[in-house]
Amino acid sequence: MARLIDRRMGVFLAGLFILTVALPMASSAAAGQLVPAYLVSLVGKYLCYALLAVALDLVWGFCGILSLGHGAFFALGGYAMGMYLMRQIGPRGVYGDPVLPDFMVFLNWQELPWFWLGFDRFWFAALMVMAAPGLLAFVFGWFAFRSRVSGVYLSIITQAMTYALMLAFFRNEMGFGGNNGLTDFKDILGLDLTAASTRTGLFVASAVALAGGLMIARWITASRLGRVLVAIRDAEERTRFLGYRVEHYKLFVFTVSAAMAGVAGALYVPQVGIINPGEFSPANSIEIVIWVALGGRGTLIGAALGAFLVTLAKTVLTGWLPELWLFALGGLFIMVTLWLPGGVLGAIETGLTRLRAFASMRTKEIET
Amino acid sequence: MSGSLLYLSGVTKSFDGFAAINGLSLVIMPGELRAVIGPNGAGKTTMMDIITGKTHPDRGQVFWKEKVDLSRIDEVAAARLGIGRKFQKPTVIDSLTVAENLELALKGQRGLTARLFGRSSRTMHADIMQIADRIGLAASRNDLAGTLSHGQKQWLEIGMLLAQDPDLMLVDEPAAGMTDEETMRTAELLRSIAGHRAVIVVEHDMDFVRALGCKVTVLHQGRVLAEGPLDFVSANPEVIEVYLGR
Repeated sequence: MARLIDRRMGVFLAGLFILTVALPMASSAAAGQLVPAYLVSLVGKYLCYALLAVALDLVWGFCGILSLGHGAFFALGGYAMGMYLMRQIGPRGVYGDPVLPDFMVFLNWQELPWFWLGFDRFWFAALMVMAAPGLLAFVFGWFAFRSRVSGVYLSIITQAMTYALMLAFFRNEMGFGGNNGLTDFKDILGLDLTAASTRTGLFVASAVALAGGLMIARWITASRLGRVLVAIRDAEERTRFLGYRVEHYKLFVFTVSAAMAGVAGALYVPQVGIINPGEFSPANSIEIVIWVALGGRGTLIGAALGAFLVTLAKTVLTGWLPELWLFALGGLFIMVTLWLPGGVLGAIETGLTRLRAFASMRTKEIET
Repeated sequence: MSGSLLYLSGVTKSFDGFAAINGLSLVIMPGELRAVIGPNGAGKTTMMDIITGKTHPDRGQVFWKEKVDLSRIDEVAAARLGIGRKFQKPTVIDSLTVAENLELALKGQRGLTARLFGRSSRTMHADIMQIADRIGLAASRNDLAGTLSHGQKQWLEIGMLLAQDPDLMLVDEPAAGMTDEETMRTAELLRSIAGHRAVIVVEHDMDFVRALGCKVTVLHQGRVLAEGPLDFVSANPEVIEVYLGR
């Protein structure tokens, strides 16, 4: 256990815990709403992004697989959850059909497509949240890694994958609500999604998922398997000549990462209230890479931090000066690449080390 | 040939019509130390690629211990059979420590679940220490491999090969970029390794080959031009013309 929670992880988890307890309390009516209630869902959303960033850091930071399609796994998890939420609506839809979601009634469909079956049960949907992206990653990775597609070529085909999925999900015939996606959700597990308590529950669940995702990622990367991943990242050919089936390792970590991204998407959807094909857009996937690079690649915590900081900046800036956001993002990325090679986390830690060295020097001076 | 560790016969490999290897035959006995020399483009790298399963020959036979057909397996399978390869450019895992690099190479446990759930044992630790000592890196075993000097990286990579415990080590230009003293120590190290396992050294540096004091194979245009002790092959007029005389 001590091996899993190092200092960095400990500080982060403690901070996350305080946030998880303090924010819902501060926003509650009992505390006189010190912070607005919407903040709970907003920060909950950030936590989902942070989990997504951790998932990407697991493959990119530790195994050198630069996926430019991780948004697809996030979106698939989101759709799996969205399908459950749609079925939870039941006869309360605009058209009042007891089984069919509104968009299907609108399209004149007579019965539920086979792939919608089972989504009325939470356990099944929860399974699909991980299984659907996991399976896609497994099949995709099986072909890509076995054919030794790597580096920039792999990045390009992951980007193509998410783009293709976006186009597919835009089509009404696909049966996922087309352009509009899935929305108008009412309940989750029978609880009203608009209720403050449900929102708090989802927020806490996101925090727990982030902590869990971090621990799993840390467990994998700190294991002896983690060394093989780093070896693949640093010297793939060498690792192969040492007798490791590189493609098996890549496939494993890619699949785990995709499932983790799926969980992030599933928690995201009920908090924002909608999932549509826009989530598959290539730009989304690239943004995830920026979060990780900004926060500090290969540190897990840094990735989570990066996601948090960048999306926070995005919320602030897009509200304030919307046309400047993309320039600001690009500028941040360039700045970090030039001056903070270890990302924000690296900069903080170097800063702290220097501060400590300075402080100890001062105490010595005072002593003498 | 009976009792051979590695047996190549009439091996041919072409790339876009160019025969990198052209009817190459070579026999390596268990524990043998062999130097392979030859000008650029003689087919040395392709030969190593074929032995390690990285490329497959168009024609000819490649047999391991007289029974396994190496022309049908890939580099991972070859590594697991006991064929280790050192690259020309020292290739170690920069962001892992010396000890971690050696642990990674240590024989056994190549499977996913074994790596995920397994822990390092005491004997593994002792093996790592012993190898680190042998390659002169015991004191820097907790240093990141990326911080080592060029020569130290070369030794670490040789150490990783030792950790694999192979029956055959293919070593590509180990002396490249080394100081004279490092070169001599490397020759000594390779000589001490041979005997227990076979070592094939591909090298340009004649002083180094002399220091190895072993049988030499001269490659030229993808086939064997001459074979024998260094003094014998260097007296061969053909060899002088294509290689040594330049």
